[in-house]
Amino acid sequence: MGNDEIKTGAEAPKLTRRSLLQRGALGTAAIAAASTGLVRAVAGTQGNGGAVTSAAASGPHDLHAHMLDVVGDIQPGGLDPDAFLTHFDYGRVTTGADGRTLREYDIVAMDRTIEVSPGVFFPAWTYNGAVPGPTIRCTEGDRLRIRFVNGGSHPHTMHFHGVHPANMDGAMEIVQPGGTFIYEFDAEPFGVHLYHCHVPPFKRHIHKGLYGMFIVDPPAAREPAREMVMMMNGFDTNMDGDNEIYAVNSVAFHYQKHPIHIEKGELVRIYLGNMTEFDLINSFHLHGNIFKYYRTGTDLKQYESTDTVALCQGERGILEFRYKYAGPFMFHAHQSEFAELGWSGTFQVGEVVHA
Amino acid sequence: MHDVLTPVNAPDAASVRTSPPVDVEPRARVPLWVRGMLPLVLLAILVAVLLRHGPLGMLGATSLPVEELMIERVAMPRPGELKLTVVNGGAQAVTIAQVMVDDASWVHTMDGGRLMDRLASRTITIPYPWVEGERHVVRLITSTGVTFESAVEAALQSPRADARQLGMFTMLGIYVGVIPVLLGLLWLPFLRRVNREWLDFFLAFTVGLLLFLGVEAIAEALDTSTLVAGAYQGLGIVVLGSTLTALLLFALGRTDRSRPALSGEGTANRLALLVAIGIGLHNLGEGLAVGSAYATGEVALGTFLVLGFLLHNTTEGLAIVTPLASGRPKISRLVMLGLVAGLPTIAGAWIGGLTYSPVLTTLFFAIGAGAIAQVIYAIASFFAGSDNGLTKPRNALGFALGLLVMYVTGLFVAA
Repeated sequence: MGNDEIKTGAEAPKLTRRSLLQRGALGTAAIAAASTGLVRAVAGTQGNGGAVTSAAASGPHDLHAHMLDVVGDIQPGGLDPDAFLTHFDYGRVTTGADGRTLREYDIVAMDRTIEVSPGVFFPAWTYNGAVPGPTIRCTEGDRLRIRFVNGGSHPHTMHFHGVHPANMDGAMEIVQPGGTFIYEFDAEPFGVHLYHCHVPPFKRHIHKGLYGMFIVDPPAAREPAREMVMMMNGFDTNMDGDNEIYAVNSVAFHYQKHPIHIEKGELVRIYLGNMTEFDLINSFHLHGNIFKYYRTGTDLKQYESTDTVALCQGERGILEFRYKYAGPFMFHAHQSEFAELGWSGTFQVGEVVHA
Repeated sequence: MHDVLTPVNAPDAASVRTSPPVDVEPRARVPLWVRGMLPLVLLAILVAVLLRHGPLGMLGATSLPVEELMIERVAMPRPGELKLTVVNGGAQAVTIAQVMVDDASWVHTMDGGRLMDRLASRTITIPYPWVEGERHVVRLITSTGVTFESAVEAALQSPRADARQLGMFTMLGIYVGVIPVLLGLLWLPFLRRVNREWLDFFLAFTVGLLLFLGVEAIAEALDTSTLVAGAYQGLGIVVLGSTLTALLLFALGRTDRSRPALSGEGTANRLALLVAIGIGLHNLGEGLAVGSAYATGEVALGTFLVLGFLLHNTTEGLAIVTPLASGRPKISRLVMLGLVAGLPTIAGAWIGGLTYSPVLTTLFFAIGAGAIAQVIYAIASFFAGSDNGLTKPRNALGFALGLLVMYVTGLFVAA
């Protein structure tokens, strides 16, 4: 496991670059860097930002020699935040006699232990084995048919945000373990929505991982962009009613260890949601930029320009931005505590080199 | 069905029962030690079966793993560095996954594998910019998400074993232990002039002092025993340490008594030495507690606290010289007694200040308590030898006053 590489410290039989960096970081020389804190530690590495191209930016660890971090990395085969970030599930698509698009999904609730920080395992309740569940994406007016099977050990449902009949709300019709329920409704209105389990006790069913993003595109598609999904969440690993670990897309510091590569000048669109339990709000702050923020994404024109948004649990919105400068730029919760417990990442902005 | 109710073999069974017991002879030949070993052999077989096959499905499934880590020490060897000493005191192996300081995930190194077996210990080094005088909380999170915390109330650079620090802890020990005891010895000229009845009063007074010290030592031992990693059984250390010390001192006392009759002065000398040893062992624990409290920033050793210890411990000198009042001890002997009682404070302050360990602190306090218990017994039997028991009104008053003086001088230490 990744941790082994770190724990050997000075006596490491084979020195990887990571462990060398760790050793450097542990020296007295680097202590001053630590005391400069979160923001300036990265700002210090920005000097060469203009020279970084997407091809050259292969050394994410070089950019994060600061000490606010986890040790090691998660094991492969578990959660995959890199894949989740840009994966949209459009379902099995068929066209009805009336010309309408029908999208069918299979969602299975299952108990699964997930690694939420390197070496820290959390007994989660999941949709399709991952937290968050798959990002369900469709276009306004599509017919949706979601076949939900409860393969977990407790009763669960899928409660979708948006407009639908009462008996499709996933709040009253509890699905017992082994049971099945088919949710079928029209996708409306367009925007970025959520789905989550709606079985009491809500706190437990939600914080254990039963939630996912539900994106309804407007009939006329939005401007093409590099799109990604970020669900702000947290994990109460010691069951004391307080989160020990915070993240976007479940793994602490994942996008800090593995920066998200984007290009200078290209349009980036983030579907952002907050399903953090126990804390009143969570927030998103972007470095070196101002983004357009479309609250709930239900209106194409109404937006504000800002670099920080605060979201209550269940709130969501769409962010759009382009980077003017290349280099590493942090994004993180602007509650320092959340940022320092894992909700922190980096955009590695590259420069397209034209021949 | 009726076969079961009326066994056909009933007559045979009866005849067997009435026949003479044929196995008496062989049983008598079994050596005594074999009989003594029988339960142990059966126990060993049972343990082997359990280790091989588990508890036969009876217990395993329902018991959830309980992890228990003890952060024994949070040291600050230099600015920008924290060093934790962690012991796995639980029943099962624990894997430390991550470390958080003040609610921030922090990089760190460990001097061994992350998987810690039962009773294994690790040192975790964290490059963290701690702030002098402020509170810091370190938190370990295990692979199962369980967390273990330890707080530093006021961060202060940990003392190093250099000449300056050793000198400082020596001074601390001298102030808290040596000076007060030596001062207390100066009551001897006064005690020599009081008559036998008043001397008994002061002996009773001494018993009061010692009882207070003994209870204090037990309380301290029990207090620090809660910081001992579970598997080391803090309470067991207290019971073993105190009882074995008392038994050992009793045994030493008996060896002496078996010799040809000693003069009265010999008995008094022995008693004074016993008191000095008892108080010395107690002071070892006290020095340890004071040293570690100072090193970990829990107390700032202000003038007032040192003053409190001065007053509190001066009474210890009185306890040592009271048995000697009827004799004419040499100065060198007095000094020797004072050093026996006082010097361990310095050793304690060194140990406590430089390598704090809850196990050692608990053990030393328990040893001190056991030693004092034995001394109280020795003085009490001194009374019993004469006809002025502790219950005689004047002596009872002395006894009560002894307790009271400790209480009142203790107020200064607590302040």
